[in-house]
Amino acid sequence: MRFAVIRFGGSNCDLDAVHVLQDVCGVDTDPVWYKEGLSRKYDAILIPGGFSYGDYLRAGAIATRTPIMKDVIRHAGAGGLVIGICNGAQIAAESELVPGVFTINEYPKFICEDVCLRVENNSSPFTSLYEEGEVIRIPIAHKEGRYVADDETIRRLENECRIAFKFCDESGNVTPEANPNGATGNITGILGDKGNVLAMMPHPERAAEEILGSTDGKKIFDSMIAYLESL
Amino acid sequence: MKFSLKITISLKKGMLDPEALAIKHALNNLGFDVDSLGTARVFYLDVDESDENSARQKGQEMCDRLLANPVIHSYDIEVSGV
Repeated sequence: MRFAVIRFGGSNCDLDAVHVLQDVCGVDTDPVWYKEGLSRKYDAILIPGGFSYGDYLRAGAIATRTPIMKDVIRHAGAGGLVIGICNGAQIAAESELVPGVFTINEYPKFICEDVCLRVENNSSPFTSLYEEGEVIRIPIAHKEGRYVADDETIRRLENECRIAFKFCDESGNVTPEANPNGATGNITGILGDKGNVLAMMPHPERAAEEILGSTDGKKIFDSMIAYLESL
Repeated sequence: MKFSLKITISLKKGMLDPEALAIKHALNNLGFDVDSLGTARVFYLDVDESDENSARQKGQEMCDRLLANPVIHSYDIEVSGV
C-alpha cells in the first residue's frame, strides 16, 4: 500500500501529512512534486493544505489547472482514494471532484482555531472507524473555507449521504453559533459522487498525535488504510 | 486581427460578498450614504483572432475554464478593436 502527497508551490502542510501517514499511521508515503506527475500507481492521494500559487485568482484555482491534477482526476475516476485537506479541499472542489466551492469566510478574516465536527456518515472509506454522530475536535486554519453550493446540490448531497462532517457545538448540535465560517448547512466535509473522494477544510493531520492535543483526526487516515486493506 | 477584451467577473446575484459589506461599512463610517455595494474583478487582455465573435468566444472559454467559477460567478465580456 502506498500513499502520495502532492506538493505544489505554496503547499505548506505537505510534510506534516507525510509525517502523520508514514511515522504515525505506518503507511509508505511519497511526497510528489507536482511537476513530476504521478509516475506510479498509488492507492491513495492526499492533496495537502497551504496556499498553492498564493491563492491567486481563487484558492486552488491555479493548482487545479496543472497537469498532475489530470492524473489525480484519472486516479479518482478509477476508484482510487483522494483526500483534499484545506487548500486541497479547495482544489478538489475547483477540479469538480466534489460539487460546490469553498470561498471567502462570512466574516472575511483568517480563522485558526479548534472546532467541533459531527461525523455525519461513517460508511465512507474515510470515516468508517468513527461512530455516526460522533463529535470530534480538529483545527481549522483558513480564510476561504465557506462551503457554498445551490439548494439542489445540498439536497442531493444529503440524499446520497455524501456529507462527511458538519461544524457543531461540543454536544453535537449543528447550530449557526457553531459555524465558524458561514458554510452552507455547517457543511465542511463532502464526499465525491462515488464516495472515494473527501474534501474537508479542517486539518486532521494536525490532530493525529497526543502531543498535539488531539488524535481525533487520525481515524480518517486509519479508516483509509483499513478500507484499502479490505479490498 | 488584434482585439482587446475587458472581462468582468462578479458574484452571482444573491451571493454573499463579505468584502463588499466591509467596504460599504467603511464608506458609511466616512459619512457616505451607500445603500448597496458589490465588488468585481476585471481582466484586460489582448487576443489575436479573425473577428470580433471569435475573440468574444475565446474570452468565454477562458471564463468557463479558469477565470470564473460557475458555482458563484457570472461574467461579462466587452470586445473592442485595438
